[in-house]
Amino acid sequence: MASNTITRADLSEAVYQEVGLSRNESAELVESVLDEVTDALGRGEMVKISSFGSFSVRQKGQRVGRNPKTGEEVPILPRRVLVFRPSHVLKDRIKSALK
Amino acid sequence: MTKSELILRLSEANPHLFQRDVERLVSTVFDEISSALESGDRVELRGFGAFSVKKREARVGRNPRTGESVKVESKFVPFFKTGKQLRDRLNTSD
Repeated sequence: MASNTITRADLSEAVYQEVGLSRNESAELVESVLDEVTDALGRGEMVKISSFGSFSVRQKGQRVGRNPKTGEEVPILPRRVLVFRPSHVLKDRIKSALK
Repeated sequence: MTKSELILRLSEANPHLFQRDVERLVSTVFDEISSALESGDRVELRGFGAFSVKKREARVGRNPRTGESVKVESKFVPFFKTGKQLRDRLNTSD
């Protein structure tokens, strides 16, 4: 299985090719997309992108953890975590492309 | 926030762009991520997170209704790991 890493630069290049804005503006807009998603999640909103997936914020309660090195018990404070649920469309695409 | 609300927000923030172009922008971003995953590639967006595919081994599952065992073939599933900055952002009250 090929394993390249795609970064912001690749997304900007794709936007540049597809939309036809300048390279600079394409890069800024890719950033704005990520910023809007981040802001919405920061407000505690769920972000649903049809045929891609949804991001939601889940509240976790406090629990007792352990420092794996020292074995010492440390409380893990309540926190909010992000959960990504891929859509069926994305799951099916990946499932049939990679066998 | 849905995809169309995202498009709306971006259009409002960029009044010089045609809505059609903003739609293409958003679709391109998510399509590019999807195609990368389809080729088994990883998508790393520093500060936001990383998308990758993980292999699920073949296993014997069970039909929960009938209790009958069924073979589940190995498959690849999409996976997202939240970036450090985004993780921190979710835990700072603003």
